[in-house]
Amino acid sequence: MLDTGRSLRAGTIGDSSLRPDGMAKVQGTFAFSSDEQLDGAVFGATLRSPHPSARIVSIDVSKAWQISGVEAVLTADDVPGSATYGLATADQPVFASDVVRYVGEPVAVVAADHPETAGRALAAIVVEYEVLEPLLDPEDAIRGNHDDIHPDGNILRHQRIVCGDADATGDVVVEGTYELGMQDQAFLGLEAALAIPDDGGGGVELHVATQWLHEDRRQIAACLAIDESKVRLVLGGVGGAFGAREDISLQVHTCLLALRLARPVRMHYSRRESFLGHVHRHPASIWMRHHATSEGELVKVEARYVFDGGAYASTSGPVLINGITHAQGPYRCPNAVVEGWATRTNNLPCGAMRGFGVVQACFAHESQMDRLAAACGLQPLEIRERNAIRTGDRLITGQVLESVAPVVECIAELDALALPDEPVGGHDGHPLRLPGGAGRTTDARHVVRGIGWGVSMKNLMYSEGFDDHATARCRLADGTATLKFATSEVGQGFVVIAGQIARTVLGVDTVELEQIDTEIGSAGSTSASRQTWMSGGAVDSACRKVRERLFEHVAAQHGLDPVQLGIDGTDVVDTVGTLRLPVAEVTRGQVFEETVEFRHRPTEELDEDGQGNVHTAFAFAAHRAVVDVDVELGLVKVVQIATAQDVGRALNPLSVIGQIEGGIAQGLGLALMEEIVCHDGHVRNASFTDYLLPTSLDMPDVVATLIEQPDPQAPLGAKGVGEPPCISSTPAIVAAIRDALRQAGVERELRRVPVRPADIVG
Amino acid sequence: MAEHFELHVNGVARDVHDAWSGESLLYVLRERLHLTGTKGACEEGECGSCSVLVDDVLVCSCLVLAGSSTGRAITTIEGMSADGEPTDVQRAFVAAGAVQCGFCTPGLVMAAHALLAADPDAGEHEIREALSGNVCRCTGYGRILDAVATVARARSGASATAAEDSPGRE
Repeated sequence: MLDTGRSLRAGTIGDSSLRPDGMAKVQGTFAFSSDEQLDGAVFGATLRSPHPSARIVSIDVSKAWQISGVEAVLTADDVPGSATYGLATADQPVFASDVVRYVGEPVAVVAADHPETAGRALAAIVVEYEVLEPLLDPEDAIRGNHDDIHPDGNILRHQRIVCGDADATGDVVVEGTYELGMQDQAFLGLEAALAIPDDGGGGVELHVATQWLHEDRRQIAACLAIDESKVRLVLGGVGGAFGAREDISLQVHTCLLALRLARPVRMHYSRRESFLGHVHRHPASIWMRHHATSEGELVKVEARYVFDGGAYASTSGPVLINGITHAQGPYRCPNAVVEGWATRTNNLPCGAMRGFGVVQACFAHESQMDRLAAACGLQPLEIRERNAIRTGDRLITGQVLESVAPVVECIAELDALALPDEPVGGHDGHPLRLPGGAGRTTDARHVVRGIGWGVSMKNLMYSEGFDDHATARCRLADGTATLKFATSEVGQGFVVIAGQIARTVLGVDTVELEQIDTEIGSAGSTSASRQTWMSGGAVDSACRKVRERLFEHVAAQHGLDPVQLGIDGTDVVDTVGTLRLPVAEVTRGQVFEETVEFRHRPTEELDEDGQGNVHTAFAFAAHRAVVDVDVELGLVKVVQIATAQDVGRALNPLSVIGQIEGGIAQGLGLALMEEIVCHDGHVRNASFTDYLLPTSLDMPDVVATLIEQPDPQAPLGAKGVGEPPCISSTPAIVAAIRDALRQAGVERELRRVPVRPADIVG
Repeated sequence: MAEHFELHVNGVARDVHDAWSGESLLYVLRERLHLTGTKGACEEGECGSCSVLVDDVLVCSCLVLAGSSTGRAITTIEGMSADGEPTDVQRAFVAAGAVQCGFCTPGLVMAAHALLAADPDAGEHEIREALSGNVCRCTGYGRILDAVATVARARSGASATAAEDSPGRE
């Protein structure tokens, strides 16, 4: 067949190659961190605070020691190094010693021969607490109504943005306060680790499911008071992450126990512990006031954000900055006055979750855009298109938007996607098509269909001047490319695109991936939709450097100039001559190896008016939700989600669709059912029985179109695709519910997610 | 109290020594028999990650006491492709992109097999309902539903063809 140059070689960029770990995962042979077993290993377990705020009067561990099979009991006194850790600020104790600041805070750990023995040992530890009045309302933290609950104070971050004319007003003004509950990442693979001490106790190897091996290592080494080189981390199989594995959970505890006992230690969290033991999406309250001309052109956005960071800082600061810097959404807006607070309270600590502050901002600005449209007499998509931001526009931070910004295209292509052809209840009248599903609670006559839209902008990579980099090594020998990186594969599929990149750049068919560990430089975190760009960029650069060495070698052998050479398929070719040699042949007996540290362009911190080139790049998405609502029972059935997403370039379309569908499921969860319910600092639903997750009966068909406009700033033209799907899907669903209610003659603002049946019934 | 009993797992009699009587089938499979393909994610029967077959009935192994499973035929994910040859469901999951982190996958494969064994012609509603006890947090279910529907089509097509070819058919 004639090669037109457009056909895609299997396994290269743009091909929907299958995951290299897929077969092991379907056969149950893929080892997750919780599957790692070792003879002689003992089981660790954690004693946690039952109070949101209390002074520790005494800890008596003597009875735990009396239990047969108990090998170790450790408290704060047993931490040899830094008593605290943290991603950005080391403000979280390894073990609480003087006070506890949230329900679930670790106080002690034990190790025993059986998980049940460990459980009994925990129950035998006697901690005397003097219960204190907790700080639970973020507004009390802002107003200074409560004593500091931490030496660093009760404000984790405060930032304002003032842009343009602060006094500008518009013909049309709409305002509202929007609230979001605390969402859990709810990955399936619970926190788990295996720590193996070195002979002699000088170091430790930790197999752990994490998003960022090197950052874990930095914090672990500091707490253990040993050199980082003595702490080796190996990525255990990761059962999902979504932000919850960016912070330390059991890493330090497991290593402490292993070094103390000089034997391997396993720690696994239960589901309840997992709810308490990792950070969550910040519950938020966001007031917004939008000013527009009578034609619906945005004049000014005003906003006040309050994010409850809970007891410890984690990434609350960066999450807040993301939230406020996205106040305008994907729309041009010349003037802005925005103020945001991230507070410390005695609630569960919050930090990274897919969307990272922008989920909260988007629910507020998209709800506002619908109100603005109504006030201006425009259709929801009309006002969005009219204000759509474009490349070259200035953001409210003063930063010029340099990313490719196909917002108008996203809106137009979304609008072109077919609506569902099934009427309410479906042609077949199957009960599962109705709200309430198998419960058969609903009569189709009481069901009204609504449609809603949401559009979003999301920053990619790290911001605020962080030195964000990723490392990769490529070795080419005997026709095989071998890649090494410390990039956490959490399910997103970096392992498949890494191979595609190498096959494309080097013309090889066989790519081998080395173990993911800290025996190479950091890849940064698998978060912020950054690994396709960052680790993908590092792999691409390393492969290109190896290709240069290869071309030099071939050129020297054949008396050619290396710049003449190129890769065509699996051959090295002379682009101006006739030489054509298979890569497999010319690399026989040769080894070419290069390691690259890849960086994105630098960013800046915001100044006191919130001005600065704070973000690296942006991606955009638009969602349309079609929902059927039983207006009497307040039940919702999402019928279809359509989306058009700016992906730059789809390196693996099947993987991209997987990210889109999975992200939408989490956006649907936040819209309709997911919330960690806290009363007086106590979690009421720390289980999968009580914390509701979307199932196969809740997820509708997803219709997706990819907007492929390769971004010249991105190393492969490809933008990260993980976060955008879960950002504007939530407001689209809520807008659709409002629309359905409106058609039923009911006006409800629905300013809080998740939307509960009671909110719909009113 | 330590117990000693025998389980029939994937066609093989397995001795379980020194078990505590409160240990679940999930715990014994994973920790005592080292069959770690079966996963634990909620340990209260909500997520389906620990799905296995006991006498061909799909159960959450976290809710079954190991000691109550003696004398029954237990099939785990390891038993579905014991010779290393993947099943039609397993192949379809990989091909459809139904696997991301993969933690829910063994349970979903078991649930899909249980469904298709009982109802080879399962349509969309039946598939959605049968898999609704298996939570997946990565995929949003789209590719999983695709994979199972593909197998259902192939199996019902195959059985229809076989029936047409069978000599007794009118």
